[in-house]
Amino acid sequence: MTTEWPLWEVFIRGQHGLNHRHVGSLHAPDAKMAIHNARDVYTRRNEGVSIWVVRSSDVVASAPSDKGPLFDPANSKVYRHPTFFDVPDEVGHM
Amino acid sequence: MYAQMVKTDAARVKSLDEMEPVERAFQERIDAGQKIEPKEWMPEGYRKTLIRQISQHAHSEIVGQLPEGNWITRAPTLERKAILLAKVQDEAGHGLYLYCAAETLGISRDEMYGQLHSGKAKYSSIFNYPTLSWADIGAVGWLVDGAAIMNQVPLQRCSYGPYARAMVRICKEESFHQRQGFDILTVLCKGSPEQKAMAQDALNRWWWPSLMMFGPSDDASVHSAQSMAWNIKQDSNDELRQKFVDQTVPQAKFLGLTVPDPELKWNDEKGGHDFGEPDWTEFFEVIAGNGPCNRERLEARRKAWDDGAWFRDGLTAHAEKHAARKTPAAAV
Repeated sequence: MTTEWPLWEVFIRGQHGLNHRHVGSLHAPDAKMAIHNARDVYTRRNEGVSIWVVRSSDVVASAPSDKGPLFDPANSKVYRHPTFFDVPDEVGHM
Repeated sequence: MYAQMVKTDAARVKSLDEMEPVERAFQERIDAGQKIEPKEWMPEGYRKTLIRQISQHAHSEIVGQLPEGNWITRAPTLERKAILLAKVQDEAGHGLYLYCAAETLGISRDEMYGQLHSGKAKYSSIFNYPTLSWADIGAVGWLVDGAAIMNQVPLQRCSYGPYARAMVRICKEESFHQRQGFDILTVLCKGSPEQKAMAQDALNRWWWPSLMMFGPSDDASVHSAQSMAWNIKQDSNDELRQKFVDQTVPQAKFLGLTVPDPELKWNDEKGGHDFGEPDWTEFFEVIAGNGPCNRERLEARRKAWDDGAWFRDGLTAHAEKHAARKTPAAAV
């Protein structure tokens, strides 16, 4: 038999209150083993309080060539940042 | 190093003006310190060289478990056993981080295992030496992991994102490895004359192979020049070796051990040590597969892989059975 186990992406919540963050990937035959393996590979030093695993083949990603069309439009919209606006000193903190 | 003498396919390093626009844009991003990510355009040579380097690095972590695993059942105390077990487990983890980084470049895990098991892929020369006494476990942590840290720290800033990120995780864990080794030797050196002699014997045997880890001088190597241009290698082999000697000699002095090099002496002018040349004939013999333990290491790896086949297959069969049972139920 010997088929290669599927690849899983691993996300760890480091502490309560934080987002799960992508930490890497690993191979495992199913989701349960992926969680077990993720525990051993990515949290040997108490790095997490919760693990998500997702099959890598289920991740839909934007293509590097889409970078311009996707993100360039935001460049011209500087007014979305609060620093765009001058608040007069007399007004104080806002 | 954990990756030694990595070839690049380059005959010489191209200047920006000689590059096609897409390659030039790529090189300029590297020159600007940007990270290259998996699906982005990259020169074929960059991709192939990285696969060689990262997989060789990964193989070294995996094979590196063997000399230390040799002492897990014979560690002198339960605490030492637990520590060594954790250290060897870390090495497995490091191998896994690195294999995943290499896979993002389009090589499969099984292909890499195949290359290791067939002897096609290399791993670091250092792991072909035997661990004859408990003091060797101290020497391996102190010297071998110490030498590895020398080039893994700059690799955290290398140009390939997944490799750099794997290196960050590895470096965090590596300093535990070096300290536990030094701690083993500190205890032995404060012990009986026999224990101290054991520590000295380990240093005598591991010193030169550790210096060889950095590889022969590569100042004239086109491969190193190309790897540096791509920012997947930052320092020359001689620079790293010098740094390692300068860092390690005072530590040996603290332990009261003698570095087995009659030519070793402080050079005020260069602000570093002068030291002897490792036996490069020995190095090339080890690289060619004729070191003291090459055959044993590969046999152990192949046996582990073959003996585990029924278990891997069993888990796959279990997963398939469960998936098949779930599918009709979900359809109802």
